[in-house]
Amino acid sequence: MSAEPSPKIVIVDESPIRAAILEEGLREAGCSSVVRISGMQSLLARIYALDPDIIVVALENPSRDILEQMFQVSRAVRRPIAMFVDQSDAASIQASVDAGVSAYIVDGLKKERIKSILDLCVFRFNAFSRLQEELDRTKLALEERKVIDRAKGILMRLKGLTEEEAYGLMRSTAMREKKKIGEIAQSILTASELLK
Amino acid sequence: MTKPLHIGFIPLVDAAALIVAVDKGFCTEEGLDIRLVREVSWSNVRDKLNIGLFDAVHLLAPVAIASSLGLGHVKVAIAAPFNLGINGNAITVSPALHAAIMDEIDGDRFDPLVTSRAWARLVAKRRKAGVEPLTFGMTFPFSTHNYQLRFWMATGGVDPDEDVHLVVLPPPFMVDSITNGQVDAFCVGAPWNSIAVDRGVGHILHFVSDILERAAEKVLAVRQGWSEENPDVVTSLVRAASRAAEFIEQPGNRAEAAQILAQPERIGVDAEIIRRTLDGRLKISPDGTVRESSRYLLVGRQAVGRPDPVQAAWLYAQMARWKQTWVSPEAIKTAMAVFRPDLYDAALGTSGRLLKHGAIGAFAGPAFDPRDITGYLASFEIPRRLL
Repeated sequence: MSAEPSPKIVIVDESPIRAAILEEGLREAGCSSVVRISGMQSLLARIYALDPDIIVVALENPSRDILEQMFQVSRAVRRPIAMFVDQSDAASIQASVDAGVSAYIVDGLKKERIKSILDLCVFRFNAFSRLQEELDRTKLALEERKVIDRAKGILMRLKGLTEEEAYGLMRSTAMREKKKIGEIAQSILTASELLK
Repeated sequence: MTKPLHIGFIPLVDAAALIVAVDKGFCTEEGLDIRLVREVSWSNVRDKLNIGLFDAVHLLAPVAIASSLGLGHVKVAIAAPFNLGINGNAITVSPALHAAIMDEIDGDRFDPLVTSRAWARLVAKRRKAGVEPLTFGMTFPFSTHNYQLRFWMATGGVDPDEDVHLVVLPPPFMVDSITNGQVDAFCVGAPWNSIAVDRGVGHILHFVSDILERAAEKVLAVRQGWSEENPDVVTSLVRAASRAAEFIEQPGNRAEAAQILAQPERIGVDAEIIRRTLDGRLKISPDGTVRESSRYLLVGRQAVGRPDPVQAAWLYAQMARWKQTWVSPEAIKTAMAVFRPDLYDAALGTSGRLLKHGAIGAFAGPAFDPRDITGYLASFEIPRRLL
């Protein structure tokens, strides 16, 4: 980044991990002044005290409405402009909302500079979402794995099958009924509960 | 069946007509496939409508006007073909503040002129004693809540920009904020006032219908351009919402409506609390005192659904009064054009002549005349000499 002084950035996020991921990215990109805050208690006063050039906030954060007060003309602070640096830049706006992030920017910063910071926020937010999804999928897969193992045990016991045969039976049933093997396993567990 | 529409809403009872229209199947019967999306902030609702992620939204009436004028944010022309609610907010104060105001009361405690003067005396005393101004929560800079609080205070002689802290808080956070002392009072829609009363952390000082007889609260909003490209969808939406609004107002349907609204993915609070709002029978004090009003929240009565441009002009006048904008003839025209009785009439075959209902009806000041907003505002100097 250029030699002009690094803008002061405040990240408002209730997710400490995501905020940390974003902060790291911003620092790598040469933004040395990054502060993370959370919670609603006297949020505006804290932001005014920090006097940032850019405020990054997650769209899922209800505090966004509190930040809207900054646009009131009667406020004796520098007037930030909205997340949309340029009304005509529809693609950036879409990308930022899709990623779930918005930024409020104080008037006077160079457009290119803002764009590169916004792009970075979008990129890091998306990366965090992917991580989150992956984690959720892994958790789900682990859960499903447990269900399948228990269903296999039941089949082995009730039908005198080997482990492989029990699994094979569930798989062929799943294919025939066009269901997932996890669903078949769950039905076996439910049925065995009912028949107890 | 058209392609699915995405509609955003905030968990509030005045989203009732929209939620019931979807969940009771009225939208499906109109050939609409709707995905309702519960949102956490008015900023999100506005922005997602603006950029087209939402096709329609449950929106604060003043936000629809502010967007069309480009106030506080980007300028996007909005059309409101259906009015989702009239009134419905209340001013709730902490038990300590309630006691302090009651100490100053000289007259009927439900008369807003009496309470606003009592509040002004309290503010004057506090100022003389050199204590910090009290804090009132409201939901958005461009909100009826903001204007209703300011109207009430200013009448008694309190300057809302000087003598109190007015802060924005999202509706679902009001109750926690009054509990932990972050605010001393708030103005918010249902069900949050009732929840504060039930938890013993608030007294309902006023229904906003004490302050203004008839004030447009939330609208069903779409982008103006979208409404021109999808006239049939707008018609179907208005029909479904109108049917739902009428359904809700039938006393025999209230229990079912409250049940629908209470669902966790909708408003997510007890059906009984929602029912109080629909019935206009609210517990106003932790001691169990109940107060009734036939005008607490109007959803499907007195031609509520038909957007009234005079209401839009009044909201615009409030923006000008509180320096969010200045009066200009073009802006008045733009503000009034946001409310679209023509789209409503086209959908339902109604006409304005038959649906005349009085506008505003404020407890103080002259009758509102949209043709002379400057003159109307000139009559509202805050009588500071009282302090």
